[in-house]
Amino acid sequence: MSATPHHHDPSPARVGTVRALFRLRTYVGPAMIAIVGSMAAYLVAQLIALAIPQVLESIVDGPLADGDREAVVPLSLLVLALGAGEAAMFALRRWLVLTPTTRVEARMRNALYAKLQDLPVSFHDRWPSGQLLSRAVSDLGLIRRWLAFGLVLLVMNLVVILVGAAILISMSWVLGLVYLVCSVPLWIVGYRFEGRYSEVSRRSQDQSGDLATAVEESVHGIRVLKAFGRGKHALSSFRAQAEQLRSTEIEKARLDANIWVWILIVPTVALSICLVLGVWLASQGELTVGQLVAFFATAAVLAWPIESIGFLLAFSLDARTATDRFFDIMDSENSVTDPARSVSVERPRGELAFNAVHFRYQDSPERFGDLLDGIDLVLRPGETMALVGLTGCGKTTMTALTTRLYDVTSGSVTLDGVDVRALTREELRTHIAMAFEDATLFSASVRDNVLLGRPELAGDDPATRAEADRVLDEALRIAQAGFVHGLPDGVATKVGEEGMSLSGGQRQRLALARAVAAKPAVLVLDDPLSALDVATEARVEAELRDVLSSTTALIVAHRPSTVMLADRVALLEEGRITAVGTHSELLRESEHYRFVISSLEDEERREQAGASDLIDDAEPMETVEPAERKEAIR
Amino acid sequence: MSTVTGVQGEERHEYTTAESRQIRTRSLRLLGSLLQPLRAQLWLTLAIIVVSTAAQVAGPAIIAYGIDQGLPALMQQDWMPVGLAGLAYLVTGAVGAFLIAWYISLAARISQAVLIELRTRVFLHTQKLSLEFHESYTSGRIISRQTSDLDAIRELLDEGINQLVRGVLYMVFTAIALVWLDWVSGLVLLATLVPLALLTRWFQVRSQKMFRRSRVASASLIVKFVETMTGIRAVQAFRTQRRNEREFGDLVEDYRDVNARVLGLFAVYNPSLALIGNIAVAVVLLVGGFRVVDGALEVGVLLATVLYTKRFFDPMEELAMFYNSYQSAASALEKISGVLEEEPSVPDPAHPVDLWKARGHVRFEGVEFAYTPDRVVLPRFDLDLPAGQTVALVGSTGAGKSTLAKLIARFYDPSDGVVDLDGVDLRSLHPKDLRRAIVMVTQEAYLFSGSVADNIALGRPDASYDEIVASAKAVGAHEFIEGLPNGYDTDVNKRGGRVSAGQRQLISFARAFLADPAVLILDEATSSLDIPSERLVQEGLQSLLADRTAVIIAHRLSTVAIADRVLVMEHGRIVEDGAPSELIGGSGRFAALHAAWRDSLV
Repeated sequence: MSATPHHHDPSPARVGTVRALFRLRTYVGPAMIAIVGSMAAYLVAQLIALAIPQVLESIVDGPLADGDREAVVPLSLLVLALGAGEAAMFALRRWLVLTPTTRVEARMRNALYAKLQDLPVSFHDRWPSGQLLSRAVSDLGLIRRWLAFGLVLLVMNLVVILVGAAILISMSWVLGLVYLVCSVPLWIVGYRFEGRYSEVSRRSQDQSGDLATAVEESVHGIRVLKAFGRGKHALSSFRAQAEQLRSTEIEKARLDANIWVWILIVPTVALSICLVLGVWLASQGELTVGQLVAFFATAAVLAWPIESIGFLLAFSLDARTATDRFFDIMDSENSVTDPARSVSVERPRGELAFNAVHFRYQDSPERFGDLLDGIDLVLRPGETMALVGLTGCGKTTMTALTTRLYDVTSGSVTLDGVDVRALTREELRTHIAMAFEDATLFSASVRDNVLLGRPELAGDDPATRAEADRVLDEALRIAQAGFVHGLPDGVATKVGEEGMSLSGGQRQRLALARAVAAKPAVLVLDDPLSALDVATEARVEAELRDVLSSTTALIVAHRPSTVMLADRVALLEEGRITAVGTHSELLRESEHYRFVISSLEDEERREQAGASDLIDDAEPMETVEPAERKEAIR
Repeated sequence: MSTVTGVQGEERHEYTTAESRQIRTRSLRLLGSLLQPLRAQLWLTLAIIVVSTAAQVAGPAIIAYGIDQGLPALMQQDWMPVGLAGLAYLVTGAVGAFLIAWYISLAARISQAVLIELRTRVFLHTQKLSLEFHESYTSGRIISRQTSDLDAIRELLDEGINQLVRGVLYMVFTAIALVWLDWVSGLVLLATLVPLALLTRWFQVRSQKMFRRSRVASASLIVKFVETMTGIRAVQAFRTQRRNEREFGDLVEDYRDVNARVLGLFAVYNPSLALIGNIAVAVVLLVGGFRVVDGALEVGVLLATVLYTKRFFDPMEELAMFYNSYQSAASALEKISGVLEEEPSVPDPAHPVDLWKARGHVRFEGVEFAYTPDRVVLPRFDLDLPAGQTVALVGSTGAGKSTLAKLIARFYDPSDGVVDLDGVDLRSLHPKDLRRAIVMVTQEAYLFSGSVADNIALGRPDASYDEIVASAKAVGAHEFIEGLPNGYDTDVNKRGGRVSAGQRQLISFARAFLADPAVLILDEATSSLDIPSERLVQEGLQSLLADRTAVIIAHRLSTVAIADRVLVMEHGRIVEDGAPSELIGGSGRFAALHAAWRDSLV
């Protein structure tokens, strides 16, 4: 799988449409029998449809010509029976594929969702979610319709055309041959059409995905757009994308129209030649008038199957594009997988170590060094370590390595001496719980959100209910999230996108409660208190101290107050840990640390200045900063 | 107020007759307004279909002429008739083919024109709707309106017109021919219309319900999908994949089930149509057969009537397909028209007042704010923020600071009273002037896909590159941006993936700086910054705020240092108001907060 998520280029190595579609077989599975059955029902229905005129002819030639009143009723009943049979076959054709094909669609949708959840964060960084969505919804719907309808009709109509052509030749080999030779251009045009249409079809489906992404962003970023009154501006770029899609669609229609012209013209030319030739042959006595009529009658039967090939071909090509897009995801190699033979850490003591860890983002240009450039750090069991460094220096990335949201480029992260890559992800993430800076809540109750990391306590099982309540209350108390009791339905209030909207600080506290409730051996907190006010922060810290005394913790910190929670502080600078020690040690020894975390003196000075005269006071700081700043911000 | 106005009741799939009528009316009104500008093209399309259908019907007649007239003539060595027939067949065939091709591209044009218009309207309208709406109507649902619902409408427009017109034409022509040939058989055909109508009515009622359910099911599917993908980090970190798979699996099954039911209806309806058709053929044959035996009917006429009866039902399948896409599109249109019917609770003024140059004097007069009458967030208060003043809002989480700020930015309108800027009520201020004068930067610094420069330029789209760089420099974001792989042209990935939270805040600061508003509101806009960056931002703010009104909400009281005035809020009320030094020196809440904060700096 290439790194480019979409707008994949129609490379010359493209596999044929049939082979591309054949990949669906793993998901179609047992439904294939139903599809074949549906084809059979279709064929029988066609045969019955052909038989009815035969019966009519025999009625007209038989009883009616003879004036046999008695025979009219049974023969009419025979027509009725055949008609009922035809309707029954219609029904069968639909009923057979109905459930199986919707199952195929559901199976593919579930597989896609599972795969996407399994793929690492680095994959999701690259793929806009609109692209994923358009695959999961419209592409799979298209594939289902094609299987139930397009495939059946395509195969059967081809069969009908072949049989029809054979019949035509058997009726009159000269006319049949003329008819066939004339249709050769159709195959050439069809072949060329496939290539061009596939390309446009792919482009159109990709552009739909981009458009979905644009819609999503316009809604997720609505506050920014409103704050700046940029709705119109966003509209113009959305509109430009929509226009692109429109012109692709119109181009597609043009190709479609083009193939229709050929599909309609070629048989017309063939038949008009056959008409003149046939009449001449008949005048020469080579052909009876009856044979001539039969020839054109059969050719007329073939008209619809031939016409239908046009749209069935386009349909199949769209289905092929949808299949390709589906497999784009399914074929993506997961770079963060469970080991073939996993190790288990029964009772982790909670020793977290970074050993010569290097990390760079896949798409980071060569000229840049590794973001993490040889990290060595050991968190002793039960120890709380604060991680301090400038904005953008890789602190968040470093925390993400602990639960393998990303994998190290080289080196290793170990838990109790075991490489995190040797554990299953499931187990690893049970041992280590995280709280993110941008606190994501899901559309579920407060309770479910907080107990997210404790699936065994979920649900209404009375056996676990009491324990669940206890864990919930404790976590809410530690995170100072008592506000939830004031929500309309207390802890049962639905939050997240589909529920109550909470403030940043409230969400952050719930995310913290969630991490605490998980009762992990190691807690990884990414600036967990940034949105809290001072008083709340102080209370959370007091409560956290208890939890942290028995839990290993890695806390990304920006403020001295958060640092104070830690036993030791690690300073991340230029991709390395340049100093480890207590807050006061580092204040004493590291100039960079003083610069990053500031100091009480500085703040106090600024504080007093704020009240009186700030500009003057800024001066002395300037003398320290420029050099530092240049070094620090890089 | 009705129960189904706007997006109310959207999740239901059963409506009372009155509700159904209301929903249908608004959908049709929407459809009408979309098709109105395309009238000429629609008529043209119609004409093309009629002519091409006629060309198609002419084919067999020409062949018959070629055989009946051409053959005897050729026996006389006269090539004229057969040559003429061959040529005529070729010409009508070619004309028919080109007309169909014309139809295809014309239909695509019409359909795409409608779609783009609808996309634009929905997009613009969702942008217009207030935050209140967005907080309850999930992004996933809007996305599903804009994607899967539009797909349904598109299907109708692409194929529907053709199916409908051709089908109806064909049936009408055939029926006329039948009646003209033999009115008794015509009566039989007429009789079959009764079960046909009953069947169709049954189908209509059932399928409408099912299609609505299908729309709701697909929307829930999309909502869950979007939520999972947006929160993938938390999903993976808390191992909720399996639970999600179960829940998503249930939604997939719901959707599958309702789809299967829709298809099941068709699997009953379509074959039933065929059955009615075939019964009609048998009855025509029976009745006609007796009359032939009695000598009341020619054999040839009987044959023709039977064939015509059969043909009459041929386009039924096409019509059913049309009806399928129509129903599906109609339920999609119902949902979309619901969103479009939503009135923005913060509407644009009918008679906007211009304010070319705002000074930045903000005044609250007798303002009260409540979500619902029993949930008062801000009790009645007055407040005057003179132009140029920098005001810090402090207080614990949930004290109403953000709400007050959002009233100034007109994210909400007050329930009572007036917020005005330079004496102009915000509700009557021209939106363009309002947004130019007042800008709010929030804690969630959202980045759109595109380059860093694009994201900053959002503050003022016509800004030059140099101005963009200057604003980044002013807030101290320049250095880190220069350090990105492609500097200002670096693509910030999805959701700003590769840029840290603090850097996102710096970018959104630069954005606000570039916008250069008269009133700037910063709601926790520096919460994720490290201390050195915050210091730089504050230095930038010194110059930025010098000549403008500013409202700053920050938990870190260091920010307060640059304020001229501090407002302390508690339970929606302003409990202290004064200069920072004054309040620190006093014994009020701010003094206590300040002391606590100083302790936290140890």
